[in-house]
Amino acid sequence: MIKDLLHSAPSLLNFGIFFGLAVLLLFVVLGFVTYGILSERKIMGFMQMRVGPNQIGGKWGLLQTVADVLKLLIKEDTIPKKADKPLYILAPVIAFAPAFMVLATLPFTDAFQFADIGVGLLYYMAISGISTIGIVTAGWASNNKYSLIGGMRAAAQMISYEIPLVMSLVGIVLLTGSLNLNDIVAAQEKVWFIFLQPIAFIVFFIASVAELNRVPFDLPEAESELVAGYHVEYSGFRWAFFMLSEYVYMFAMATLTTVLFLGGWNSIPFLDFIPAAIWFGLKFSAVFYVLVWIRVTFPRIRADQLMEFGWKVLLPVALANIFLTALIKELINLF
Amino acid sequence: MSEKEDLAKQKAAAAAKAKAAALAGKQAKEEAAEKPEGEMDIAKQKAAAAAKAKAAAMARKQAKEEAAEKPEGEMDIAKQKAAAAAKAKAAAMARKQAKEEAAEKPEGEMDIAKQKAAAAAKAKAAAMAGKQAKEEAAEKPEGEMDIAKQKAAAAAKAKAAAMARKQAKVEAAEKPEGEMDAAKQKADAAAKAKAAAMARKQAKEEAAEKPEGEMDTAKQKAVAAAKAKAAAVAKAKAAAAKNRTAVKESKEVNTPSELSPNQSKLDQIVSAIESHVGQGALLEHYINRLSKDVPTLVANPDTYFSIAKFLRYDEQLNFSYLSELHGTDFESHMEIYVHLHSFKMNQSVALKVKLDRDSPVIPSLVPLWSGANWPECEAYDLLGINFYEHPDLKRILLGEDWKGYPLRKDYQPYDVEV
Amino acid sequence: MLRTEEMLLNVGPQHPSTHGVFRLVIKIDGEIIKEATPVIGYLHRGTEKLAENLQYTQIIPYTDRLDYLAAMTNNYVLCHAVETMMGVEIPERAEYLRVIAMELGRVASHLVWWGTYLLDIGATSPFLYAFREREMIVNLLTELSGARLTFNYMRVGGVKWDAPEDWIEKVAEFVPYMREQLAGYHELVTGNEIFVNRVKGVGIYTKEEALQYSLSGANLRCTGVKWDLRKNEPYSIYDRFTFDVPTREEGDAFSRYHCRMEEIEESLKIIEQAVEQFPEGPVLAKVPKIIKVPKGEAFVRIESPRGEIGCYIASEGKKEPYRLKFRRPSFYNLQILPKLLEGENMANLITILGAIDIVLGEVDG
Repeated sequence: MIKDLLHSAPSLLNFGIFFGLAVLLLFVVLGFVTYGILSERKIMGFMQMRVGPNQIGGKWGLLQTVADVLKLLIKEDTIPKKADKPLYILAPVIAFAPAFMVLATLPFTDAFQFADIGVGLLYYMAISGISTIGIVTAGWASNNKYSLIGGMRAAAQMISYEIPLVMSLVGIVLLTGSLNLNDIVAAQEKVWFIFLQPIAFIVFFIASVAELNRVPFDLPEAESELVAGYHVEYSGFRWAFFMLSEYVYMFAMATLTTVLFLGGWNSIPFLDFIPAAIWFGLKFSAVFYVLVWIRVTFPRIRADQLMEFGWKVLLPVALANIFLTALIKELINLF
Repeated sequence: MSEKEDLAKQKAAAAAKAKAAALAGKQAKEEAAEKPEGEMDIAKQKAAAAAKAKAAAMARKQAKEEAAEKPEGEMDIAKQKAAAAAKAKAAAMARKQAKEEAAEKPEGEMDIAKQKAAAAAKAKAAAMAGKQAKEEAAEKPEGEMDIAKQKAAAAAKAKAAAMARKQAKVEAAEKPEGEMDAAKQKADAAAKAKAAAMARKQAKEEAAEKPEGEMDTAKQKAVAAAKAKAAAVAKAKAAAAKNRTAVKESKEVNTPSELSPNQSKLDQIVSAIESHVGQGALLEHYINRLSKDVPTLVANPDTYFSIAKFLRYDEQLNFSYLSELHGTDFESHMEIYVHLHSFKMNQSVALKVKLDRDSPVIPSLVPLWSGANWPECEAYDLLGINFYEHPDLKRILLGEDWKGYPLRKDYQPYDVEV
Repeated sequence: MLRTEEMLLNVGPQHPSTHGVFRLVIKIDGEIIKEATPVIGYLHRGTEKLAENLQYTQIIPYTDRLDYLAAMTNNYVLCHAVETMMGVEIPERAEYLRVIAMELGRVASHLVWWGTYLLDIGATSPFLYAFREREMIVNLLTELSGARLTFNYMRVGGVKWDAPEDWIEKVAEFVPYMREQLAGYHELVTGNEIFVNRVKGVGIYTKEEALQYSLSGANLRCTGVKWDLRKNEPYSIYDRFTFDVPTREEGDAFSRYHCRMEEIEESLKIIEQAVEQFPEGPVLAKVPKIIKVPKGEAFVRIESPRGEIGCYIASEGKKEPYRLKFRRPSFYNLQILPKLLEGENMANLITILGAIDIVLGEVDG
């Protein structure tokens, strides 16, 4: 249906339909974020031998996040006197918008996708880079030393890790011959890329955790050092936007990992009677769980070690992986 | 030389005791000294115990007069004060004999619940003791107590023992030791045995002596046996369960009156200071007994720094660690107290200096110990003592705008609103 | 015109990793610290001044508020000073109760340190694990004293109350449990590459510097100085127990970490032995109702979890001390911080500060 709409002549109706769909997706995503946060807290509680939220919304705390969001909505919106006001207001928007935009190309199942564009992978990488600007802007505009340091750290870190992230994916592109995410999923019908590209997977996974600013790479907001990093001066719903963009990115990154390495919605042989959506959900949840698991387990890496690791370890490994993939591919083609 | 008829079930205990007594007797011979041993069997009467303690005390007085002896009356039991009285009498008689012969200890021991016969036997024993004493001009009565459940009695004994010890010092003559067997503390017993052993050795050296009191618990032969054993292997066992009281006792013995174990170290430090810094560098020096015998040096304000420097860098002394520095306002003067430690000598020393209260100025120790930095700031902050050549003297706790020095005794809080 | 300039940054007094109201003014060039100036005194309550108008027993609650993570040791140092001056003999059972309480306090204190240190470094879970175990200790001490942190349990001449029934058994059960958990801690953290990278070789000082700056406790032992007052100047009944004094040679944050973790094990050993030997008897010696200390002065020092805690009393023979002074280990240990921070990375600030293990109540007195 969407394809038809994309090919039809532009009209107010089309705009309305797209707008409606986007709002719908936004709510789906917000729903996910709501329960993503809850499940993260529950998993953390489980791993740390405590119960987690269990008061609001029954014994599972199902409405806990809803209540939290509500609280954020009615919180006083403070803007520091000496902040750069326009930038201060703009920053959360810049940070959040790309997080939402990247969702457009992600194929959740063969039927559920918004835009099947040829360079989906590239689109994702390019758009997600914009968020960095939002974070740096927030750090700068707050006129707070901690947030400035946090913002600078974030910029350095995200730029450094974007490179190995993209480089690790070149191997997949080489194998598939396409940047289209649907093609990549299709190429994994028999063997998932996690088995064909294990090195790439490891590099990608580490770099993606760094891109998400999550433990052990949560330096930009390093609570114990920088108090809260770039969003230290934000409160209420402006702060919620940063939080939101973080979790939407987590959602997107878990989806991308599933699509690129775990075969997307493809089923395990002989189990294809289970619907594609469920397969996708299972894989997605596994990735999400591992992300939370990492957060619970590791301490934070140090800024200089982070840079060193990104440039001196991940990047060379990613490059070597490209070389290796190309070599093997040529050799296979040769015989 | 004590004889016991202890109850039907404690022959083993009696034997052990007899042995101990015999040994004591030998030592006594050599040293012309003596060990009374009190042992009591107390079933349930604290009153009896008290009476005994009294008797012992009296006996001790007499002993002083005669240059040596302690009869100990001991009593027993269950309901027979009469028996006790008889014993006391016997003891008194024995004492008289002792006087005549310049030395002896009758021993009354009694046993239990219904045996006057035993009492008689004891009287006999006392008599015999008297005879031996004559021969040797010395003797050891042994009191033994049986304490079933009375810690109070035990305490009384300990006290008596302590008193006896003091007397012994005065007369260069003896240390009774009270030992208790609380039904469940073998460890204690072992430790005590050690203490007793140590005490005995010391006693030899000092021509002195230790009576040994031993107690038996009403029904534990096993314990008695264990004790005998414990005495034999006292050292090994005692290591495992060192008894604090034991340690203390031996300490007392070690340091009769003035001499502190740290005296030699103090002398060493003082002589080193006087030869290197100069005669009269120290105002005074003494051992501070209240403070775990720490050698204390009181410096002149002029020599304070040079003494500190000497203590810090001297090869032998090498007080490399500054443990504490603070000031005190003594109203007549200010005082800095510095507690130093030398890992080389394994010894602490307190260095004090008295300052003029109106203008307390003193060189800073920071060049010697960086650790003196904040403590000196604190003394400056709270007492107004000026440390010159301090790298960064500031009001570290209260802030620069605070009025007055709170730890001075004449401090009046300054409050703008009042 | 492009130029760089140094930035002055106030870390604290409200900052999640200064463990209280500690303020550090740092001059940074990028993320490199050029100069660090500690500012303390935010929690100064004038304990020493207050004590001059209080009777000895009344001072004990004030000591609870110095090092509030190991208040038993503080209770003890005051009582010990008074007892030393008066020459009071402490009943056996009281000594054992004191030692068990103090060692439990030491374990609890090190657990808090371990948890918060890891939290500073960015790991959230160890904190919760540590507090779970600490909670058990706190419960034990609550049963003993009636308070969770400010115990006010010791008295001149012994302790306030005897242990409740079954308490000793509970302590005995806790020891093997804690050992098991400790093994888990090591599995989770000690070998972790990220953690090791963050603490190894950070905040190094030599043995000479440690002595020069009057450091004590694990901060001193991490440089190879085998110095523990429980062993070297035995007080109470510590000479009855077999335990080791863990030392390391490196003098970095990681060695301090090791020293403290091993100290937990040694404390457990002591508790185990004390529980085995636990005697019957009274828990309070006969001391006068109104305690009067003989005229004179005394300074005693004992080993607290943070180092050497001392108590100086100058007495005029009255019921209040003429002057009371605590040698507070955190106060002395913190002095070396500016030196350690110079030229360090910002991220190491927290690692170094945390490894010193300060309690602000103690720093400020």
